[in-house]
Amino acid sequence: MSEPRVGVYVCHCGHNIAGTVDVEHVAEWAMGLPNVVVSRDNKFMCASTGQEQVEQDIKEFDLTHVVVASCSPHMHEKTFRNACARAGLNPYMFEMANIREHASWVHPNDRDGATNKAKALVSAAVHRVVHHQPLEPMVVSIRPETLVVGGGIAGIQAALEIADAGYHVYLVEREPSIGGHMAMFDKTFPTLDCSACILTPKMFDAGGHPNITLLSYSEVERVDGYVGNFTVQVRKKARKVDQDLCTGCGSCWDKCPIRIVDTVFEAGLGYRKAIYRPFPQAVPKYPVIDVENCTYFKTGKCRMCEKVCPTNAIRFDMEDEIVELEVGNIILATGFKLFDARRIPQYGYGRLENVFTSLEFERLTNAAGPTEGKIVLRDGETTPKTVAIIHCVGSRDRNFNTHCSAICCMSSLKFAHLVMEKTGAQVYNFYIDMRPIHKGYEEFYHRIMEEGAQFVRGKVSEITGVARSPEEDGKVIVVCEDTLIGHQRRVPVDMVILAAGLEPRADAQAVGYLFGVGCGDTGFFTERHPKLDPVATVTEGVFIAGACQGAKDIPDSVAQGAAAAARVLGTISRREVSLEPIRASIDEERCSGCRICNNMCPYHAIDFIEEKGVSRVNPALCKGCGTCVAACPSQVISGAHFTFDQLMAEIDGILVDVLSDRPIVEAV
Amino acid sequence: MTATRYPYYPGCSLQHRSHAYQQSTEAVARALGFELVEVDDWNCCGATEYFSVNRLPAYALVARNLARAAEQGATEIVVPCSACFLNLHKTDKNMGRYPKLGERVNQALAAGKLHYEPGTVKVRHLLEMVITDIGNDRLKERTRRPLYGLKLAAYYGCLVARPDSVFGSTEQPTAMDKMLELLGAQAAPFALKTFCCGGHMTQISEDTAFEMIHRIVQNAVQSGADAIVAICPMCQLNLDVYQEAANRYFETDYHVPVLFFTQVLGLALGLSPKELGFGQEFVDARSVLDKIQDVPPPRATPARRPKNALPMPAMPE
Repeated sequence: MSEPRVGVYVCHCGHNIAGTVDVEHVAEWAMGLPNVVVSRDNKFMCASTGQEQVEQDIKEFDLTHVVVASCSPHMHEKTFRNACARAGLNPYMFEMANIREHASWVHPNDRDGATNKAKALVSAAVHRVVHHQPLEPMVVSIRPETLVVGGGIAGIQAALEIADAGYHVYLVEREPSIGGHMAMFDKTFPTLDCSACILTPKMFDAGGHPNITLLSYSEVERVDGYVGNFTVQVRKKARKVDQDLCTGCGSCWDKCPIRIVDTVFEAGLGYRKAIYRPFPQAVPKYPVIDVENCTYFKTGKCRMCEKVCPTNAIRFDMEDEIVELEVGNIILATGFKLFDARRIPQYGYGRLENVFTSLEFERLTNAAGPTEGKIVLRDGETTPKTVAIIHCVGSRDRNFNTHCSAICCMSSLKFAHLVMEKTGAQVYNFYIDMRPIHKGYEEFYHRIMEEGAQFVRGKVSEITGVARSPEEDGKVIVVCEDTLIGHQRRVPVDMVILAAGLEPRADAQAVGYLFGVGCGDTGFFTERHPKLDPVATVTEGVFIAGACQGAKDIPDSVAQGAAAAARVLGTISRREVSLEPIRASIDEERCSGCRICNNMCPYHAIDFIEEKGVSRVNPALCKGCGTCVAACPSQVISGAHFTFDQLMAEIDGILVDVLSDRPIVEAV
Repeated sequence: MTATRYPYYPGCSLQHRSHAYQQSTEAVARALGFELVEVDDWNCCGATEYFSVNRLPAYALVARNLARAAEQGATEIVVPCSACFLNLHKTDKNMGRYPKLGERVNQALAAGKLHYEPGTVKVRHLLEMVITDIGNDRLKERTRRPLYGLKLAAYYGCLVARPDSVFGSTEQPTAMDKMLELLGAQAAPFALKTFCCGGHMTQISEDTAFEMIHRIVQNAVQSGADAIVAICPMCQLNLDVYQEAANRYFETDYHVPVLFFTQVLGLALGLSPKELGFGQEFVDARSVLDKIQDVPPPRATPARRPKNALPMPAMPE
């Protein structure tokens, strides 16, 4: 093999790198590194001129390897690999040195230090790149079926978009019915149209669509495979009701003697039976038996539902069913959880009768709710004359969640309107900042002010039942500093609504782990890029949509559901996807068959070949994590693009003393 | 029970004014079989003000006690006064958290040939020690005269609740309430249990002090309590001694006895009111003694909720 010929390109990235690192000097210095035949600096390597320079040089200087020192490979590794490929070089003969995130941005006040570090990083890349091997990406076909996890508005939207485009969707929902939080609401802001009226048509569409298989009351238990070819195991929890026979007539729950507080759909404000359908428009329409509360399952007696069922659809012996699905892409739309207001004891929720959460109020004002839409106090009778709405409960609060929950300003305004419209009560909004930021929202805020709602700017310190004067007797008193008038205020009211924040689901971490999606510091699922790739994740073929990605309202959730669907449809119409060839392989000649690697592999990608007595990596399942490479006691597993030679050369390179140009330690 | 001998820091209040707290603490210790060994040559903790006046000497003043205790081999120290407790706890914690402060405090201590390594002595409030170390089972087993018929307002005050709550919750702790119920009493639904009593505000602004004292006494009355149970000499003093003055200021007529938790605990253990220091209080506590019944009162049935009442949220235990 002839001598390698390396080209080095040092990017200014405008001021991002050149503002701190002396890029001209780095480029000049790199000329002295082994095998380097051309070294240049450039204002923007990612611009077409920068890429064309690389292509031109490959041809002109007969380059065999290319190093670009610029930003993170997450940004532009693909860009430069493609440039190499266009000039006829195998794209894996390229290496990137990150001198922006790893040098200029982290050492903004140390020009010399940052420049030296950039030189060391370039040296590492130059030393490494000459050991690169040409690799060919693996092309896999994409199955056209899609799994959507979560049947709230975001998941329904995503499922319908894909199904309408002619491809099959499996829609998995944990609860007995799809609909999510939106099904609980009465009105939606700022248009005040009926939530159920706009949601239920979509629910019925999803439930009856020929291209959608609805798996309600089900949970995903296992995910194997990779983009285009996932195998998903779903547990269909036993409804104890035969869906083929049940007509949804309702005799069973009418006669069921067990009544319990419904903490899910009624947010704890109403009751349901032990056999129940969460709400009248539920999709599917079939009830489920709540085994934990059913008398039959506790004592073996009762069987009332069985007696009254006209179609004999009750099946006490029904067992959970495990379904295996083959899908090409996955969309997670698992939604949010409401902040538990009991975590702020000074707000009295759970202790003071007439303190309600926002979700409780949604049920209270909903015509299908426990009071048929009458806004009354916890006694079920009295109409409030004064109502306080507390914003930012558990959001924008360092003690609980630092993030803004994005919906509470607007839902609080909606509550204010509904209270005034239905009861004529005086409404006080206690806010820190008003953030009605989307189309029509500010106008809605002004409308509510004109309707007569009072706004007090101040974080509420306490909500108490301890009266200090006769006017406060029997009231709930909201204590706060009104920061606009600079006074402490005590506002006695009949009812308090806590606009509780939106939090990630309690099991978001575990669900994220199952699908290979991370959670950020606020606990929501992390998107691939916060601005430019908000619905993709770092795992190819897994997308996120709706409030599981961050607190958001209905229009934003719908938009993300549709966006995720568009991304999925894109891969389906391409029919295939190429996978990084960076994966492990085992030298079967030297493998002792100890099987240590078999269990270490987090992706179950290593099989043991009995007849040969050796282990073998399934390249389609391998993600190239390197665990087996490190674990192999005979050192016969190598990771493509991360070979021993490449890593040792990279270390030698980074240990060059950039001041004397001599190695800090002699090469091993 | 983890120990029978506890290094003890009584603080100035117990020695100079709140004799009832000191007396009842000693009596209860004897009855429950543990010994409180006073730290030799302790000094005042600086009370609530000194930290606002001059911080370094204040820390040094408190740290001297910790250094003395450590020198005498103590790994923990039991403190009946909430103000002393907070100062000692805060000093130990902040000396470790801010090494520069720790260094300067130790420079000051060196003048008296003392040194304190933060974290050496665990500072514990007497109530927390009784609840944790003696434990519910033992308290129940040692109860000779259950406090049947008494409704008591467990008053924690602000100093043990903030910034780090000794009893779990900053706003609504329940440890003392549970202990009182264990002794046969009924815990009153006393919402202001961690509100400030005003501290030394009586010496600075009487209007403010009376407002703060009055709201606590008023809430105790609203909760139906026969007495307030305090765990701090400052709280007890304010609510007891100034109750009459606050009554005059607000034109009310409250008579709520304010007792130390050790006095109430002592009664349940069968000790005599005299050895527990009863009779030293300003608001006569004899009414409390008269109310104790021989048999448990019938369990009050919860008020019937209206037929259409909406369910209340479930509260965790």
